Amino acid sequence: MKEVEIRRLFAANLLCVFSVILTAVVPALLWDGFTVLGTHLVWLCICSVCVGTVNVILHLVLKPNRSPKRSSLAHKISRFLKCCIYFFMSCIVFHAIIVLYGAPLLGSVTETFLFSVLLSTFTTLQCLCMLGPNIQAWIRVFSKNGAMSIWESSLQITTVCSILGAWFGAFPIPLDWDRPWQVWPISCSFGATFGYVAGLIIAPLWIHWNRKQLTYKSR
Amino acid sequence: MRLRSGVFASSCLLVEVLGVALFLRGFFPVPVRSLPRREAGGELPAEPAPTGPGMVSNWTKIPPPLFKKVVIVLIDALRDDFVFGSKGEQFMPYTKQVIDRGPSYSFIAEVKPPTVTMPRIKALMTGSIPGFIDVIVNLNSPALLDDNLIWQAKTAGKRIIFYGDDTWVKLFPKHFVEYDGTTSFFVSDFTEVDDNVTRHLDRVLKREDWDLLILHYLGLDHIGHVTGPNSPLVGTKLREMDNILKKIHISLLSKEEASLPNLLVVCGDHGMSETGSHGGSSAGEVHTPLLFISSTFEKRSGPLTQPELVQQTDLASTLAVGLGLPISRNSVGNLILPVVGGRTMREQLRFVHLNGFQLSRLLQENTPAYEKDPGYEHFKIAEKSHANWIKLYLEGNNSEILLNLGKKVLKQYLEALKTLSSSLSKQVAQYDMYSMMVGIVIVMEVLLLLLLSIPKALSSRAEFEVPLSPPLFSLLFYLVCLMLCAVHVIVCTSAESLCYFCSMSWFTAVGVMMLISALMCGILSAIAKVFDNSRLPVKNPVLSSSSWSEIDVLILAGTVGHVLSLGASSFVEEEHQTWYFLINTLCLVLGQELCRNNFLLKEYDPQHSTTVKQNFEEDSEYKNIDIPAVDDSKLGKATISAEFSRGSDKWISLASPWIILICCRLLRSLNQTGVQWAHQPDFGHWLTSSEHKSELSFLAAVSLLMIFFLVQRRCSLVSKIAMALGLLGVYSYRAAIGNVIFPWQHGSKDISKGITEARFVYVFVLGIVFSGTKDLLKSQVISSDSGMKSTGLWEVYSGLVLLAALLFRPHNLPVLVFCLLIQTMMTKYIWRPLKFDAAQITVMHYWFGQAFFYFQGNSNGIASVDVSAGFVGLESYVEIPAIFLTAFAAYAGPLLWAIHLLCYLSSEVSRNSAAVGHGCFCYALVRSLPVAVYIVLVTGLRYHLFIWSVFSPKLLYEGVHVFITATICLFFTAMDHNHSHKVQD
Repeated sequence: MKEVEIRRLFAANLLCVFSVILTAVVPALLWDGFTVLGTHLVWLCICSVCVGTVNVILHLVLKPNRSPKRSSLAHKISRFLKCCIYFFMSCIVFHAIIVLYGAPLLGSVTETFLFSVLLSTFTTLQCLCMLGPNIQAWIRVFSKNGAMSIWESSLQITTVCSILGAWFGAFPIPLDWDRPWQVWPISCSFGATFGYVAGLIIAPLWIHWNRKQLTYKSR
Repeated sequence: MRLRSGVFASSCLLVEVLGVALFLRGFFPVPVRSLPRREAGGELPAEPAPTGPGMVSNWTKIPPPLFKKVVIVLIDALRDDFVFGSKGEQFMPYTKQVIDRGPSYSFIAEVKPPTVTMPRIKALMTGSIPGFIDVIVNLNSPALLDDNLIWQAKTAGKRIIFYGDDTWVKLFPKHFVEYDGTTSFFVSDFTEVDDNVTRHLDRVLKREDWDLLILHYLGLDHIGHVTGPNSPLVGTKLREMDNILKKIHISLLSKEEASLPNLLVVCGDHGMSETGSHGGSSAGEVHTPLLFISSTFEKRSGPLTQPELVQQTDLASTLAVGLGLPISRNSVGNLILPVVGGRTMREQLRFVHLNGFQLSRLLQENTPAYEKDPGYEHFKIAEKSHANWIKLYLEGNNSEILLNLGKKVLKQYLEALKTLSSSLSKQVAQYDMYSMMVGIVIVMEVLLLLLLSIPKALSSRAEFEVPLSPPLFSLLFYLVCLMLCAVHVIVCTSAESLCYFCSMSWFTAVGVMMLISALMCGILSAIAKVFDNSRLPVKNPVLSSSSWSEIDVLILAGTVGHVLSLGASSFVEEEHQTWYFLINTLCLVLGQELCRNNFLLKEYDPQHSTTVKQNFEEDSEYKNIDIPAVDDSKLGKATISAEFSRGSDKWISLASPWIILICCRLLRSLNQTGVQWAHQPDFGHWLTSSEHKSELSFLAAVSLLMIFFLVQRRCSLVSKIAMALGLLGVYSYRAAIGNVIFPWQHGSKDISKGITEARFVYVFVLGIVFSGTKDLLKSQVISSDSGMKSTGLWEVYSGLVLLAALLFRPHNLPVLVFCLLIQTMMTKYIWRPLKFDAAQITVMHYWFGQAFFYFQGNSNGIASVDVSAGFVGLESYVEIPAIFLTAFAAYAGPLLWAIHLLCYLSSEVSRNSAAVGHGCFCYALVRSLPVAVYIVLVTGLRYHLFIWSVFSPKLLYEGVHVFITATICLFFTAMDHNHSHKVQD
């Protein structure tokens, strides 16, 4: 049972990784003049949209959290709207945090906001898919020993990796190398993307490695 | 012998100060370059002898002077765009017209850092590049002993008159036939310094009894320091300077004789950064204009496009040639050829030959392998072709071909000169490696000792057993000592270069060697103990990584990461970004911790309270190794957290990290510092510009009010009143010196130095500190009453806050407010409820202290030191108080946070009796880690391109910071005294 579950997780994560890689490759083939560095904002949009869609589709297909009770359509719609609002709010919160970290308040708002959308896609969207708009569950998952399934462990790992990646991505900004990728927010968004990809790959391996120690409490 | 951790840490730091001082002495060598000047006049080269037989050049003496009278107008902090840019066009119309259409040559002179006045004067007059150490001795400049232009001129019988900065009078005592020195130390004086120079001008210009007139105007530099380069005062000052130049030029022209023209040189000693200070190496600071105006020069037809770039050191050689003097021996400058461009080809060649000869001789004295130097080779080739040219010339060949050939030789010479001076400039730094190594060894040993004693020092007793005389290591000690002494003798007898450590007396040297070996034995015994302990059955549980909280990981990673970042020059330049980044992350992690603490407990309390408690018990057992009464704290933690999660306090507590983050973001945009983004607009500039005086006044008043409300809570009534009066005094001081205005005062009031007001505040500072000290002493000696002690400490703290409020510039007062605000919020809502241990609290305080150092507007460049703080309330420059006040103003942030740490920890004594000792130890550790690593890094990077502009200033900052930390730790130890009494009882 567990092995199968891990394999499914691995496959799903690999799909996400491929979608990230494809966002960098495919538009360059289709559209002349597209480079990840040069037209970074466009890439940010494409990457957010693709990763978002892939995540939502995977969630719909795999259904990692089998909810026992069937809910009405109205409930579903309200849930969906709530998710949208949460996502938007998380974008705003990320934007605020990035500004607090020192991004200009008035200048380059687009860059900062798109970067926060990317970060939200890597973190909040996944949480929304997995846990729904339920803050208590989020807090539970993100505290020590709070994960209750391998999907939640994977969620923990990828989220933390994405944020750490963005955090590390800020390091090269003060260096005086004058490289194109040091421009705000390229290094940070790269950091976040690499962190996300690394998290996706690490999560199943780590779970596989520690599968003996991992015991999930039932709900 | 038993030692408490506080005592141990302070003594370690004292030893470290010694090591750092020794290292600094070795790193900043007193420049030793060339032979003393008395032998300088010796042989002068003749023109290169033609190869053919029978022909000897008759030019063997120094060429005669080209100019009769020379006037040098040195305008302090004259930046290139003040003359060549739009400001010049607007405010210096006469000068601009002379540059564009008059008989003049204009250049941009490039200055080498440190861009501080005295080294620059030395560079201008000797043509050498003074070392960085000159910055440190800048304040009491002794006479210049190197060969220099002024000395040469005096020996040649020229009569020199000087008016201006009295640094010159100190540098060249008895060289001037007439002088009037003005002191540059009162920075807020804009007009008087220059009027004192100009008042002599009319009289002197009429007279005929001088050959060289030097004027050094300081007003512009003062305006820059106080108001910055964009203030309207700069325009007024430039216009004044323009009028002075016009007067001098017209008077020189009117007196000109046909045979020998006069020369007017206009230059700046250094530029001005965008904030108006100097000392570093930004483009504004290192580019100054250099104008030569004389009637012999060709008139320029069209306006000047872009002036040519020359070195500042080139002026010395050029002036020497112009005055018919030998070029100074140590000069690395090149002759500026256009100035002598009007002379015949033979003369021009003669001048560059003299210059080249002097440079190659300097090279011979400094490098053993000088013959392989490309510059030297070029020079030899050029000399040969010069000889051939002379031969042709003497043969009477006087055609076009000869002229072209001469031009070619000239070109060869210029090439050679350029290569020679660049290879000479590279050799400025000669390090005293032996002293540096001794310093490094001491500092590293102290660091190792501190690291090895972490487990002991942070134990609940916070005490050490320091073995002083176990028999085993006494033998080792003597052996090591003997070996080191032998090494010392060998190094000192074999070293050919000057070494500071060798020049110390033998007793001191042996003492240092004994210290080193004692430290080494201490380390060895500590290591031995660690091994012994590990062999014994493990009693205390080893710290496993899983028990580390996020805060611990962050603190460790942040400390290590910051230390590693010091190896990159950009990270040193932009160190403030590192600290801002770290404290932001810290706040976020604290926020997360608070969140978890509040919500999780609430959620789990009903059903899972026992399991949660179990968890916490395990956690705290690992984490709080220093808490003696573990049981109490466990229970306390759970109960307090539960009780804490009730009420509206919870929401304030949850919001507090965010409020702190917003405060930090605001402070960050108050002062842009560093290098890359320093030019960006910030609130500080907006506030200090003269249009926004009323806003600044309002802000200052509100800030002072806030400071009062934040500080007075824990003071006694007398101190409260004193504080209020003191803060009023601060405002009236700022009003008196014209920074802020009173609401009822509309017209411009006359600006005074505010001596009375400032002294009024000093009285209250002393009063508050004194009453605090009295309380402390009482609590130490008579009764060990902790309440009185904490009031006393808080009063000392508030006295320092008042002093900082006086010394900070008015736009920086919000920094102080936010500092107090953050401290209050942190204490009330974060540290107390979350029950961090002393080590974590200490590191957080240290981080915030560092961040506030940069929030104040400091950077790792010399330029950002606010020198004007050293003159608050002083009539004239008095060395010791000025240094003390400047250092206090610069390090106010770290200092206030450290004292706050002491206040906080001593109020925690009831919970953890060893808290102060732990705090002191951790503070010493987090300070000595970056210092030790940085010293090693700088030694490795000593030939780095940016060593003088980036790494050296930072090294000085680190040195001063270690010294201050040692003082703080001594204070900590003194306060910890109580604890030892209690323990003994």
